[in-house]
Amino acid sequence: MYEKINKLITVSPSPHVHSAGSTQKLMTGVLIALIPAFVIGIIMFGWGTLIVTGVAVISCLVFEYVIQKYLLKKEPSVTDGSAVVTGVLLAFSLPVNIPFWLVILGSLVAIGVGKMTFGGLGNNPFNPALVGRVFLFISFPVQLTTWPAPKGFGTSLTDAITGATPLGIIKEGLRNSDSMDTIMQNIRSSKEMLYGHMGGSLGEVAAIALAIGFIYLIMKKIITWHIPITILGTIALFTGIMWLIEPTQNASPVFHLLTGGAILGAIFMATDYVTSPMTPKGMIIFGVGIGLITVVIRRFGAYPEGIQFGILIMNAFVPLINSYFKPKRFGEEVKNG
Amino acid sequence: MLKSFPRGGVHPAENKFSAGNQITKLPLPKTVTIPLSQHIGTPAEPTVQRGDMVKTGQLIGKYKGFVSSNIHSSVSGKVLKVDKALDSSGYKRTSVVIEVNEDIWITKIDRSSDLRKEITVSGDEIINKILDAGIVGMGGAAFPSHVKMSVPKGKKCDILILNGVECEPYLTSDHRLMLEKGEEILVGFRLVMKALNVKKGMVGIENNKPDAISHLSQIAQQYPELEVFPLKVKYPQGGEKQLIKALTGREVPSGGLPIDVGVVVHNIGTAYAVYDAVQKNKPLIERVVTVTGNDVKKPSNFLVRIGTPLNQLVEAAGGIPAQTGKIVNGGPMMGKAMNSLEVPVTKGTSGILLIPEKESKRKPFRPCIRCAKCISVCPMGLEPFLLMTLTEKEIFDRVEKDKALDCIECGSCSYICPANRPLLDYIRLGKFRVGQIIRNRK
Repeated sequence: MYEKINKLITVSPSPHVHSAGSTQKLMTGVLIALIPAFVIGIIMFGWGTLIVTGVAVISCLVFEYVIQKYLLKKEPSVTDGSAVVTGVLLAFSLPVNIPFWLVILGSLVAIGVGKMTFGGLGNNPFNPALVGRVFLFISFPVQLTTWPAPKGFGTSLTDAITGATPLGIIKEGLRNSDSMDTIMQNIRSSKEMLYGHMGGSLGEVAAIALAIGFIYLIMKKIITWHIPITILGTIALFTGIMWLIEPTQNASPVFHLLTGGAILGAIFMATDYVTSPMTPKGMIIFGVGIGLITVVIRRFGAYPEGIQFGILIMNAFVPLINSYFKPKRFGEEVKNG
Repeated sequence: MLKSFPRGGVHPAENKFSAGNQITKLPLPKTVTIPLSQHIGTPAEPTVQRGDMVKTGQLIGKYKGFVSSNIHSSVSGKVLKVDKALDSSGYKRTSVVIEVNEDIWITKIDRSSDLRKEITVSGDEIINKILDAGIVGMGGAAFPSHVKMSVPKGKKCDILILNGVECEPYLTSDHRLMLEKGEEILVGFRLVMKALNVKKGMVGIENNKPDAISHLSQIAQQYPELEVFPLKVKYPQGGEKQLIKALTGREVPSGGLPIDVGVVVHNIGTAYAVYDAVQKNKPLIERVVTVTGNDVKKPSNFLVRIGTPLNQLVEAAGGIPAQTGKIVNGGPMMGKAMNSLEVPVTKGTSGILLIPEKESKRKPFRPCIRCAKCISVCPMGLEPFLLMTLTEKEIFDRVEKDKALDCIECGSCSYICPANRPLLDYIRLGKFRVGQIIRNRK
């Protein structure tokens, strides 16, 4: 009578449409947000930035592929882009003059130990890039704390003059019982630091570039504001209180925000989906925890920088935070009027 | 700022292709297949048998039990058989098959198109007429309307809501009805208000239908007890609990019903059917069905008799597009995929959506990356990723504790998941198993 369907049609449960979002798109979004910092890294530290990043990314991809295919014997999922993000973040937290073999070793630890031992993407409790970075930092402290002084565009690796990071200068100064005023004379102005003109890891130095990435991530709804803002807010608040109480012993909150890996860590590492809490309340607890640990290590600990440990320690609390801070259920507390 | 529900929600592409097309009447089919179970609850008992001659509007199935509904013949002609026949759910259900012969209506039905605004009947009569006319919720769930009209003892209804949200993408049948039958709909709505003795009526319409908002607002000016509210466009605002929250700020408690917060919600199509039943003595024998899809030649809104085969509707909309890969009864978010078009229109058929092949298959899913997007879009404040994992691992006590039964199955979680995870599939399974466990406990 009427037209019949002459072929097999799909019968599946609703919904029948999808947002077209994908893991790859999210990872690509993160990579795009890292471009400004990458450009500043190249300007400040020369082509070495490109080389270190390239080596880290390629190593991460190769290790992920090889481990999945030959050790775990499952379908490699390198196309999801998460290994690329791990590679870039690892590279961004390393000094530009690091030997290549250390970059490769760090990538192996990041992907192999940080990610694959737990079952791959989605199952790792700790941020893989930070696992790699901290492994290198503890095992090879000399290579990891020999920072090239930024000279500007076109400098090759061999030309770089090594120096300390601003946080390192302060730690050293305080150890020698110098006053903060004396110490600060060895450190560049806040304005210069804002553009990344200081010693440090190749992707962490330029606050402005990282902030542009942050705005992009928020606009694209890849992350929410909760984690980065609470981390940076906590750091600012607590260093601010200490600074007001004892200005001769403590650096200003502006200094603390602009130096070290605070901004890179807060925006790009602490917000790693897999290793951060899932509700806004949980995210705030997580952010405050990271901020506090960072400040305590920076001020009282053995290391000049603390954010990497802050993030890793709080990563361990994520399952607990998730089970305590559930979203508010609809109809749970009924207030009707 | 426009009202909306506060938590969760998504914005799927609206694709309301048929919104500008007037409702057209389809010619009568040669035969109709009228299932005796077109509603939630007990199937109706057949009152006719093979060989009987029936008239349009005649009762052919009598409700059985409280949650059930009357079924009427939508055509006149000869009953060919009362037997199992395939319906849109894919199951065979007892149906009355009638060979159409002319179109002779039972005499008590007022077939004129005159608008009858004055309400002359009592509240109880209204409820009886709704029961007699076999009216069910026409938004898709097909819950018998008279059940909603009896407020349980100790509860009070003080606000009635008319649901003109139509938040499902593609569907436009309620939108067209509001534009073309606005007066009738508001009379129908006021009839329900009278039956429930409610003094306040709220009409919720999403802001993507400005013509319907202004049209109904204008008509509502003559009724001081009614007010039309434009709503911010957000899926699933047409969900009862979300709409109540958006309009009144009241939150239906977990496991509760709208009446627990003093509200009853009815749909546009239902209000129109109430008008027909009470003012015109006309039972529910026809409805508006949207036929649409990205490649459909003439996306349309048809007024069709219940029991008309769906392929006749698709034919009238330009036929099945060559690349069709999925046929959905309803909208893309909550509609059910069908395996055949040789099934009848029922009281709950709001639309037929033909989905192209390339969009009809799901992409393979990847591991959960804990992005929490499912949590942020869930309008019920649930954790879909967790419910899926718990169901996979068969930890059903936690599935229950984490409120799987509150899930309204809107599909926002599966829609948003970047890893394409079949979250709602698993939540449905979890709900089903938890339901079994709870029943066994008693």
